[in-house]
Amino acid sequence: MTKEYKTIVEVSGPLIFLEKTEPVGYGELVQINLPDGTTKRGQVLDTSADMVVVQVFEGTVGLNEESGVVFSGETIKLPVSKDMLGRILSGAGEPLDGGPRIIPDKRVDINGASMNPYSRMPPEDFIQTGISTIDGTNTLVRGQKLPIFSGSGLPHNEIALQIARQAKVPGSDEPFAVVFAAMGITNEEAQYFMDDFEKTGALERAVVFLNLADDPAVERIVTPRMALTAAEYLAYEHDMHVLVILTDITNYCEALRQMGAAREEVPGRRGYPGYMYTDLASLYERAGVIKGIKGSVTQFSILTMPGDDITHPIPDLSGYITEGQIVVSRELHRKGIYPPINVLPSLSRLMNSGIGDGKTRDDHKAVSDQMYAAYAEGRDLRGLVAIVGKEALSERDRKMLEFADLFEDRFVRQSRDEDRTIDDTLKVAWEILAELPEAQLTRIDNKYLDKYHPAHQKSE
Amino acid sequence: MEVNGEIYRVAGPVVTVIGIKPRMYDVVKVGHEGLMGEVIRIKGEQATVQVYEDTSGLKPGEPVMNTGLPLSVELGPGLLESIYDGIQRPLPVLQEQMGNFIQRGVTANGLDRERVWEFKPTASKGDEVKGGNILGLVQETKNIEHKIMVPPSISGTIEEIKAGSFKVDETICVLTDGTEISMMQKWPVRGPRPVAKKLMPTKPLITGQRILDGMFPIAKGGTAAIPGPFGSGKTVTQQQLAKWSDTDIVVYIGCGERGNEMADVLNEFPELEDPKTGRPLMERTVLIANTSNMPVAAREASVYTGITIAEYYRDMGYDVSLMADSSSRWAEAMREISSRLEEMPGEEGYPAYLSARLSEFYERAGAVNSLAGLDGSITVIGAVSPPGGDFSEPVTQNTLRIVKVFWALDAKLSQRRHFPSINWLTSYSLYTQGLADWYSENVGSDWTQLRDDAMDLLQQESELQEIVQLVGSDALPEDQQLTLEVARMVREYFLQQNAFHPVDTYCPFDKQYKLLKSITRYGEMATAALESGVPMNKIITIKSKDELAKVKFEEDFDAALDVVMKKMDEEFAQIGGN
Repeated sequence: MTKEYKTIVEVSGPLIFLEKTEPVGYGELVQINLPDGTTKRGQVLDTSADMVVVQVFEGTVGLNEESGVVFSGETIKLPVSKDMLGRILSGAGEPLDGGPRIIPDKRVDINGASMNPYSRMPPEDFIQTGISTIDGTNTLVRGQKLPIFSGSGLPHNEIALQIARQAKVPGSDEPFAVVFAAMGITNEEAQYFMDDFEKTGALERAVVFLNLADDPAVERIVTPRMALTAAEYLAYEHDMHVLVILTDITNYCEALRQMGAAREEVPGRRGYPGYMYTDLASLYERAGVIKGIKGSVTQFSILTMPGDDITHPIPDLSGYITEGQIVVSRELHRKGIYPPINVLPSLSRLMNSGIGDGKTRDDHKAVSDQMYAAYAEGRDLRGLVAIVGKEALSERDRKMLEFADLFEDRFVRQSRDEDRTIDDTLKVAWEILAELPEAQLTRIDNKYLDKYHPAHQKSE
Repeated sequence: MEVNGEIYRVAGPVVTVIGIKPRMYDVVKVGHEGLMGEVIRIKGEQATVQVYEDTSGLKPGEPVMNTGLPLSVELGPGLLESIYDGIQRPLPVLQEQMGNFIQRGVTANGLDRERVWEFKPTASKGDEVKGGNILGLVQETKNIEHKIMVPPSISGTIEEIKAGSFKVDETICVLTDGTEISMMQKWPVRGPRPVAKKLMPTKPLITGQRILDGMFPIAKGGTAAIPGPFGSGKTVTQQQLAKWSDTDIVVYIGCGERGNEMADVLNEFPELEDPKTGRPLMERTVLIANTSNMPVAAREASVYTGITIAEYYRDMGYDVSLMADSSSRWAEAMREISSRLEEMPGEEGYPAYLSARLSEFYERAGAVNSLAGLDGSITVIGAVSPPGGDFSEPVTQNTLRIVKVFWALDAKLSQRRHFPSINWLTSYSLYTQGLADWYSENVGSDWTQLRDDAMDLLQQESELQEIVQLVGSDALPEDQQLTLEVARMVREYFLQQNAFHPVDTYCPFDKQYKLLKSITRYGEMATAALESGVPMNKIITIKSKDELAKVKFEEDFDAALDVVMKKMDEEFAQIGGN
């Protein structure tokens, strides 16, 4: 096992090629001893009787043909234990916080195994994030994977933090944990997250994996897998409800493309590897609820769309795997609205199974549909007003136009520490809907109007 | 025919092996754990194998065993009500064997070896039989009779045939040459099962959905594509098809889709009821679930597994409908494996053989006369998921070149709450001509004319709408206003259908015919009235017109329609039209 090979014949980018080894397993973890005494780690990408290809995580600076290579005989495993909570680890799973090594309860293969679809429970427990545009119109449920599609310069980090702070299942005090994995974000951004975790005490129930912008890109490929392995362990073996925040998926995909290019693979769309869909699926699909197990893994990933382009391969492929998306809008951000979530392109595919009587409230769906319809119409009218002027609009259209403004100002806008309950959210919704003529509320059943419409309440 | 060799090279799911005397598409067991794989390339001593499971930890030098057989499925009683992965391993059995996560190296039989079936022979000693002939019957579920057939490659004279209770692999029939036949047969998935003759599809698949049956029909044995943009109601449409279409067997392939969504299907299907028999729909359904994170090679195989099972029931003389959701994910699996093989890519990285594979697959649909002399059919409905909603991408384009029906689900319609949200302008069906004879015999001689007129009206409407948006509807001449009104009736009274309304969820063809004819009749009377000088507002405000909107929800449709149409005649007489 501890045999050291000095048979490197080629070093190319992050890859090294070795000859004449004993049989080496695919995906095995590798240690590389440099002549100057430092060590690096890597993983076997291709193994044959003649040649072994290793991708080096920490970069190949200083590597030469004198370097020795030791094969560990096993694939990459993460030592897991409940003591991981409150710890800060590197993107490769090493402690960064100066604390002791984690004494493992067991060591788990980071690639995980795919969940048997037959064992899955369809997710249906409502998670209250305290943000109206999510709770009210794009409801998150336990076991869902719902990414934030954002752009550079938008406050997606703040939204993610606010969700991490506020997310809960109303009326339940089941153990809750956050697993945070940073992939290629800057030190400053990471610091922002850490400070917030510390300030709010969230760190105690969090496991943090940090791969920063100046850490090797190759390591980014393992970071999210480490994080998800930790999350699955906490969820399925310790019955915790785990919220996983992966940021930034775009950096992960860039690393994937970089690796593909180094391996001289045939590129797919925009140079990204052809297997990117499957690769992303192997991350995103590690969310869910299992029949008979209390814990759950919910994913809230952040993805910055290059050039705000939602048809770019990264958001596009993600959208086909995840159960919806929360879209952060530059336009709303420029208007000074926080959180600048544009509900129209946003979608939660599992919303309908998480809302309604007994989960949120009986009128939830109708209210949400009505707001969607009215806001969509109001926004369309804004374009028209620019051409014909407000005076040319009918009374009804003017109301719709006002509604769109009200919606953004009252429903979307909230402060960074405002934690609205679902009742608060629906209350705001009814208040702004009440500004529309009642005849326009066609999506709402009369019984809900009687029960919740502010005008009806006063008359009683 | 088992040959042992060893691993030479491992690179992801693609493994090179030596010394196994391979034939193309032989199934091999790779490594100490016996991971299942398939030979996809042979070069000298070396064979390239695509492995259906995760290959982490595999080493050069580990043993490889060639089974000498191509990838096959087990066919026999017990297929119905099953939930399989892409290579026909029952998911409930996998769960039992290895828990909630799918570990590797586990094998599970497609058919339960312990379950006992009551076999009733219909052939007898001395009968001359050949492949596809029926030996006997097994009541597989309450309403489906499973016909036990002679495997296609076998023929001879029956020496002995048994009756009674048997397991699937026990011999039920012996031929004079000593060949033993059990209730189970195997068939390699990549090739079609033989048939006596392929027939022209001449009968429509009746779905009870007005926009499908009436406007864009699919024939039994036909092929259709259905694009699934976000939030367009694809799931409801598929469930309506599974529930109401007049096929005997439903095969549903969840290929590379979301785990949570598949869980929803797996949970919901067993609860759905077959409206015609009142029995669970699962009793005539086979589900195949291979989610996006399950091994990519198994995803590639899943559509073949599904269609082979469909062919088996077709051979018994059943009408089978097969839904593949989504064929885009299947194509992506092909692309991924092709790129691992370092093949020269075609358009957008897809292999150059994409189009050939797609057409081979869709060609396995069709109406046939089986070897047993029975008429059966497979109707294939494939979902496509164009990236970025761009229909010009290769999978959508290659699919559209093959399929005869396109049901364009439209997210905009569903946002406007028009259900089923199938766009009547972009959808098409090439079966309307071929089915014309059937319609004039079984529906009404003027059906095709009615349909064409309605389509024409909708086309006119869309042109007029453009003008209306500029100048408003009041500025149109009265006859065009009337066109808009009748088109609106076609859309709202006829095309819109409520899947959740107990009566409206299924609309028999006769009712569709009468409904459309009544709308057309209104149009004719209104035009006549207009020509004789009756003012427009009188024509469009007659009460019976609004009542016509509601007849489709009536239990006793015929009686309700009679009342409304009589009233309409009277009203037109009053305003002085006719």
